Amino acid sequence: MNLIFLTVAAPLAGFLMLACLRDGRLNQRQAAAIGGGVMLLSALSALYAALCYQGTPVTLTAWRWFSVAGLTPDIAFHYDGLTLTMVGVVTGVGFLIHLFASWYMDGEADYARFFSYMNLFVACMLVLVLADNYLLLYLGWEGVGLCSYLLIGFYFRDPANGRAAIKAFTVTRIGDVFLAIGLFLIYRDCGTLNIDYVNEHAGTIFIHASLPIHAITLMLALGAFGKSAQLPLHTWLADAMAGPTPVSALIHAATMVTAGVYLIARAHPLFELAPATLSLVAVVGALTLLIAGLTALRQYDIKRVLAYSTMSQLGYMFVALGIGAWQAAIIHLMVHAFFKALLFLSAGAVIIATYHEQDIRRMGGLYRKIPLVYGCFLIGAAALVALPWVSAGFYSKDEILRALWESGNTGLFLAGLVGALITSLYTFRVFWLTFHGRARGTCHPIHGWNYWLPLVALAVLSTFVGGKIHPPFNGVLPALTETASQGMAGSEGVIELLTMLAALSGLAAAAWWFVDKERLSGADGISRSSAEKVLAGGFGFDALYERIAVRPYLWCVRILRGDPVDRAWYVLVTLSERAFSLSSRWQTGRIRDYAVSFAGGLTLALLLVIFVRGRGG
Amino acid sequence: MNPVMPLSHGLIFAAALFAIGLFGVMARRDFLFMLISLELMMNAAALAFVLAGAKYAVADGQVMLIFILTLAAAEVAIGLAILLRFYHVHGHLDGDRAREMRG
Repeated sequence: MNLIFLTVAAPLAGFLMLACLRDGRLNQRQAAAIGGGVMLLSALSALYAALCYQGTPVTLTAWRWFSVAGLTPDIAFHYDGLTLTMVGVVTGVGFLIHLFASWYMDGEADYARFFSYMNLFVACMLVLVLADNYLLLYLGWEGVGLCSYLLIGFYFRDPANGRAAIKAFTVTRIGDVFLAIGLFLIYRDCGTLNIDYVNEHAGTIFIHASLPIHAITLMLALGAFGKSAQLPLHTWLADAMAGPTPVSALIHAATMVTAGVYLIARAHPLFELAPATLSLVAVVGALTLLIAGLTALRQYDIKRVLAYSTMSQLGYMFVALGIGAWQAAIIHLMVHAFFKALLFLSAGAVIIATYHEQDIRRMGGLYRKIPLVYGCFLIGAAALVALPWVSAGFYSKDEILRALWESGNTGLFLAGLVGALITSLYTFRVFWLTFHGRARGTCHPIHGWNYWLPLVALAVLSTFVGGKIHPPFNGVLPALTETASQGMAGSEGVIELLTMLAALSGLAAAAWWFVDKERLSGADGISRSSAEKVLAGGFGFDALYERIAVRPYLWCVRILRGDPVDRAWYVLVTLSERAFSLSSRWQTGRIRDYAVSFAGGLTLALLLVIFVRGRGG
Repeated sequence: MNPVMPLSHGLIFAAALFAIGLFGVMARRDFLFMLISLELMMNAAALAFVLAGAKYAVADGQVMLIFILTLAAAEVAIGLAILLRFYHVHGHLDGDRAREMRG
């Protein structure tokens, strides 16, 4: 079990080595060997720990972090079924993406810098999911935010990438502030930040549905919204695609953005006491999955489509969390990590094969040139639309929709169904425009074992094989209550049928729309309707934030740049300058003038003496 | 014995001498004449000392005369040296045209 320490330490050591040696002293092979090697070590130790796991949660303490006024957080790792799942995803998918990245980043400058950031990210993410107290979790939380910023801005020579990085950092930071407030509230009410203790004693410390517990859970939920790109803090994720594609796969699809889901699942005893927050989480998730799905319908950048679909899938997880289907949410998280990483890596391979083209209007007909990538993308897309039986997504999404039905909330269930329909629409659209139809761009075949191995591994996990993985959640996350599932037992088949129907009808509609005709609005000069503009602009959230947040801020900055407060003190400076120039006018440089003033002064002094003496005498 | 000259006569003479010297310093443009005027003012001051010493029958006034003569000698030595250097550099002795120190 102690090997868990190695799981965290290996990527951290990799980061330190790469950061100290830097690009100058390492060639590409060495940097990739270090960066990928430590990830392999990490993944193997995580696998070993998972095999050793007995079903009882373990806490491993490394050392006491600090001890101040009764607050004594440890550097300690808590290992249970939920952690096992998260660690497995982070290290397993992380290793495969590192492997792919060694191919994708081939020939790029700053190769070692890239891998050092990636390793640091994995270390921070592992600290986040393994943390035994909220403070250590917060350390990992901020760490992944930092790495996300560094990697989005990896191609920092283009100012647009820097802006995207700043945007991502700022928007998630808003959520982070709420999370910090949530931690303060927890400490105020519980006197400790130990997650286990808080979870165990939540029922006795807090009154059900009271104000304090609602405040705490609301703050945690807002923090989760920021990190997991949910409304209204979702705008950063689409712009985060400025980073290298393996980064999008690892951070902005498979792992970091699921931190919010993990946080809520980890703190579920608190959330169960706060029904209002839970329904807020569910509603926000439902809205996000619909809005992000609709936005994805009108994007032309292959990575942006995938980014919006990530938001949408995260929306599914939040809906599941909101109705208390904790296990379904985490399973969907895991499966989503597999197939979204697969989709992003396939997209990365497409981008390399088409000479760094990301616009699907200039792709098309790629399936002949890169059949392996085509197959992998197809498997990933099938999992995304939850194609019945063969895909992993079917099992996890079906579970969420069944839980939604059983919760009795028709609105949420309908949102989930419509979301599934929209998902299959945009997925088919991006799939068809990229790989089928007329070839509208150039493409070259691609080679390298480190490109196809991760793709194939993830493709296997995205089929029904991934759907058969059942993490050991017993005693960690409660299953849905038995009574609810018995009450609706008869409808199970109906739900399954409805889910399939939604996905398949979406596919059929998209096929009817796209297969014969190449509908590429904007490319062929068809004027856009206002509805299309709304979709393409992501429902105007960016414009709204630009108006209510960015511009007022810039306005304040512009005013403050002139130092209005200091302006008052400049009066003194101006006065003394005037006085100086006046008095320096006396300094004529002519000796006669000095003699005159000297004589005048003497006369005055004498007159004064005589006058005073005269009066005194 | 001659009738004693009243003190005021001597003092008025000294004051007049001093005023002439001062006027010379203020009105003259030539450094040489300014130096001569300065000498005049010093001698006026020395005369006042001597007169006062005679009036109170003490030797202090004459001692001060010696001092002032010494001072005047030193001052003239330095002043003339500066004057010579100035003439070498500028080729004239016009005080109004030497305004490098204007503020």
